[in-house]
Amino acid sequence: MNLTDLLPAAPEMTLLGLICVVLLADLFVEDEKRVITFWLTIAALFITGTSLVLTAQETRTVLFDGSYVSDPLSHVLKLTAVGVVAIGFMYARDYLHQNKLFKGEYYVLGLFGLLGTMVMISANSMLTMYLGLETLSLSLFALVAFDRNSATAAESAMKFFVLGAIASGALLYGISWIYGITGSLQFHEISEAIRTNPEINAVPLWFGLAFVIVGIGFKFGAVPFHMWLPDVYQGARSPVTLYIATAPKLAALALTLRILVDGFSGLHEVWQGMIMVLAVLSLVIGNVVAIAQTNIKRMLGYSAIGHVGFILLAVFCGTGQGYAAALFYTLTYVVMAAGSFGMVILLSRQGFEAELLSDFKGLNARSPWFAFMMLFFMFGLAGVPPWVGFFAKLNVISAVLDAGFPGLAVLMVLAAVVGAFYYIRVVWLMYFESAEERAILQAKVDTRFILSLNGLAVLAIGLMPGWLLSLCMRVLG
Amino acid sequence: MHGYHLTIVLAPLAAAIVAGLFGKKIGRAGAHWITIFAVGLSFVLSALVLKYLYWDGGHAENYSVYTWAVVDGLRMEVGFLIDRLTALMMVVVTFVSLMVHIYTVGYMHDDSGYQRFFSYISLFTFSMLMLVMSNNFLQLFFGWEAVGLVSYLLIGFWFKRESAIFANLKAFLVNRVGDFGFILGIAGIVMFAESLDYATVFASGPAIAAQNIEVISGVPWNAMTLICILLFIGAMGKSAQAPLHVWLPDSMEGPTPISALIHAATMVTAGIFMVARMSPLFELSETALAVVVVIGAITAFFMGLLGIVQNDIKRVIAYSTLSQLGYMTVALGVSAYGAAIFHLMTHAFFKALLFLAAGSVIIALHHEQDIRKMGGLRKYMPITYWTALIGSLALIGFPGSAGFFSKDALIEAVRESHWHGQGAVYWIAYLSVMLGVFVTALYTFRLFFLVFHGKERMDEKMRSHVHESPWVVTGPLILLAIPSAVIGWFTIAPVVFGNFFGTSIAVTERHDVLAQLGREFHGSWEFILHAFQQSPVVYLAAAGAVTAWYFYLKRPDLPDVISKKLSGLYTLLVHKYYFDDLYINGFAAGGRAAGKFLWQKGDELLIDGIIVNGTANTIGRLAGILRQLQTGYLYDYAFAMIIGLTLLLGWMLWF
Repeated sequence: MNLTDLLPAAPEMTLLGLICVVLLADLFVEDEKRVITFWLTIAALFITGTSLVLTAQETRTVLFDGSYVSDPLSHVLKLTAVGVVAIGFMYARDYLHQNKLFKGEYYVLGLFGLLGTMVMISANSMLTMYLGLETLSLSLFALVAFDRNSATAAESAMKFFVLGAIASGALLYGISWIYGITGSLQFHEISEAIRTNPEINAVPLWFGLAFVIVGIGFKFGAVPFHMWLPDVYQGARSPVTLYIATAPKLAALALTLRILVDGFSGLHEVWQGMIMVLAVLSLVIGNVVAIAQTNIKRMLGYSAIGHVGFILLAVFCGTGQGYAAALFYTLTYVVMAAGSFGMVILLSRQGFEAELLSDFKGLNARSPWFAFMMLFFMFGLAGVPPWVGFFAKLNVISAVLDAGFPGLAVLMVLAAVVGAFYYIRVVWLMYFESAEERAILQAKVDTRFILSLNGLAVLAIGLMPGWLLSLCMRVLG
Repeated sequence: MHGYHLTIVLAPLAAAIVAGLFGKKIGRAGAHWITIFAVGLSFVLSALVLKYLYWDGGHAENYSVYTWAVVDGLRMEVGFLIDRLTALMMVVVTFVSLMVHIYTVGYMHDDSGYQRFFSYISLFTFSMLMLVMSNNFLQLFFGWEAVGLVSYLLIGFWFKRESAIFANLKAFLVNRVGDFGFILGIAGIVMFAESLDYATVFASGPAIAAQNIEVISGVPWNAMTLICILLFIGAMGKSAQAPLHVWLPDSMEGPTPISALIHAATMVTAGIFMVARMSPLFELSETALAVVVVIGAITAFFMGLLGIVQNDIKRVIAYSTLSQLGYMTVALGVSAYGAAIFHLMTHAFFKALLFLAAGSVIIALHHEQDIRKMGGLRKYMPITYWTALIGSLALIGFPGSAGFFSKDALIEAVRESHWHGQGAVYWIAYLSVMLGVFVTALYTFRLFFLVFHGKERMDEKMRSHVHESPWVVTGPLILLAIPSAVIGWFTIAPVVFGNFFGTSIAVTERHDVLAQLGREFHGSWEFILHAFQQSPVVYLAAAGAVTAWYFYLKRPDLPDVISKKLSGLYTLLVHKYYFDDLYINGFAAGGRAAGKFLWQKGDELLIDGIIVNGTANTIGRLAGILRQLQTGYLYDYAFAMIIGLTLLLGWMLWF
């Protein structure tokens, strides 16, 4: 084996090395100069991103005896993951500073979580997938509990950990069945085994697959494996929630696509039904329960469950068009989610957690520009044209229609209408209610800039969705 | 010439935009200079176009300027058809508009909406030109609606007055009724001719006339009759023919220059113009023409009667306008399109003159409009007096005046129109126009005497302030008085009896009363003599004027006595035949009641209450129940996952 053969895996290796640098450097940085850690982290992300761009290639390369794959899909997902993590760190900086949480752990754990995400994205075997999943999950558990003085954070971390352990157990159990029947952990060998041996297409294999789908459902937060999600969204500190709401969704999509598409496309009819159950339940429960929420983080949590319903229905189609729609939806969703949680963070100050919907009352009077940006995010998530969320939903709906499921398409439209209610309620609060708070929002120039860029991107991609859509079609079509 | 055409249309539009959007920047003087210049330019170019077409022997032009859309083979275009009919209308419209623009400088001098007013009247000029210059039905409809819009805006120009808002809403609603018929007529044309272009539609006229349509199944109607009647319903709305006339008297709530320009000289004649333009279609349906005659005759006579009992100076003239529009409509109905357009032209001049003279009186009396509080203004306002006299004489048809030629020709045409048969239609038309002459003279001179002669009935304070209006007001009066007096003499020969319109108006041989009359026409002088010798028209007018003199100057106590004696008739007239009461208490109130029912029961209760809010409440309650599932206990969460796993396995095994 030649060292240059490992080049496609360079981003992960680079990131791992840089994490060690950040970890070590943070040990020697005094508390007042913690900002050094922050900038080192950003630099690490920048270098990782650059290495991703440099190693990007159109072809598919498999490394480490078939455990690792580098393909255009992985580049797109990883680059987005690095980007949203960086944006999240930027938004979090002031908040952490003011709440005396400006510590190295946040960044190191965040970077490890990113590493796990990237490993999952490039996984080509069950083992790699599980490895990445655990790296990510363990980082997340720790991140949720990161504010040690907060009882709710500890409680939600505990719930997250226990339920995550159950889900991991289910996933591992399913993997063991699959390994036992197909004799392989690599997705392509599994796929090949299913294709060449018709006898294999039998109940035991389906049984294993069902357990694997429990793992997928948990990672995505699909109903009924979603119970952790609202509690964790609410219980964790807002920057952590932002983190959980973004990069892990990309990892979950990778998990789904790698296993179901790369590994089990031959059993499409089998998993299609299961995914549909999860998706329909998520659509209905996520969107309906979100209406009853008064806490915006919890509301966004339930709405995330609703969005997962959309993503899963796109995967459900089992067509290239559907997979591309799922990718488009996930990519744009994380951008909008990052922005909306960025606004939640921005509204919070020292000793005050802006969590309630009522905290958004009269925001327009306080800071018209930020209110306008929040309007962008809300309209985007609601799927109001021309914001990008509209095209995301449209792609999924047309993919489902083309696959021949008009009933599901109608359900999605209805769910989107219900969803529009609670998103537009936020807009209504911002513009038509009078503020209880008069203070003008304070934000550093870089935060302002990134947030504005984020909001404008939600509009700009919506106005010109063609390039992103064709990109998605190219990597998955 | 194409450049001329575009400039004629676009100059007023550009001026309207500048005066409307940048009124503050360019100031009051800027607004009136730019609009007057633009309309003046349009007038000069229109005159050149007319000269080119008539004196220079130029050819009519029909071309498309811009294709807006092609839908299923149906071309929607902006295009111009410029023939002598169009050119005549263009000159009349731009000339009267120019006069009104100048007059407005004086009349609206102290108004805070000065720039807005100029913007509107320029916009009106643009819309009216689009209407008359169109070569297709779509653009005709655009112009039709655009003049309606500007009319609406201008009637409600003083939008803080309750009565102005009421009047413009009324005009809007009544015109909706007419426009509904109009657009149905256009739809019928598209249905049968599959084109919006005039030339194409006219060419397929005979084919349409040969077809029947069953709107009510089992009852076949001739397609052309239906189309023409529907188009004419549009004309009834715009040209205020009974029973859609009710908006015009109320439109006097608008500023006086508007009454002159829009509600006397130009917009209200759009219906007349339209029917004349559509003469190739109307000629194919004698039934439709009979309808036109009857409606016109009723309007001509009965609206004239109402003028006798009105006391508002502008409303008297408004009823006179209704009556004169009725005359034109009758002429259309007997296929004397040339006479109708001729009367349209002379009427535009003398009626604009009368309105502007009335406006001059109104300014002098500080916006007093009640003629019972006027009188004896002759010595204070000599120019207004003499011009108003010319206008009044033209209106009653004093021999030699413009109105005399047009009205006499028109009445002669009605008398000769035997092709309608000797039955009811003929006699209704003939009697109405004859008796109308007497009525016209009566109300015209009642107004004239009450305003300018007799006792000075205004209060002392008012009298001390009365003086002649400034030159921007009297100038247009004089300029309008000239054509009111003499234009008939010069133009009757070509326009009515000659071949002025050429192919722009089509008349079938059997209907061509004007051609029959033309054989006996030997010049204007002969025409006057003929009127004295063989027609009662002149004597009827004289009788009307003398009656007015007797009742309102000689024995001013008599009208009260008569109105008491004939109190039934008097009440009927004062209440305007109860049309307003019927419409307001019947249709409008009924519509409001239906609307209220649909709003409260249909919208609020059924749609909002049950369907919309009901669904929302159900989902809200569902949300409340479902959120209870999230107990917060870890074991419940784990249990849910187990249920989920079971569900997946069950699903898998089941299917």
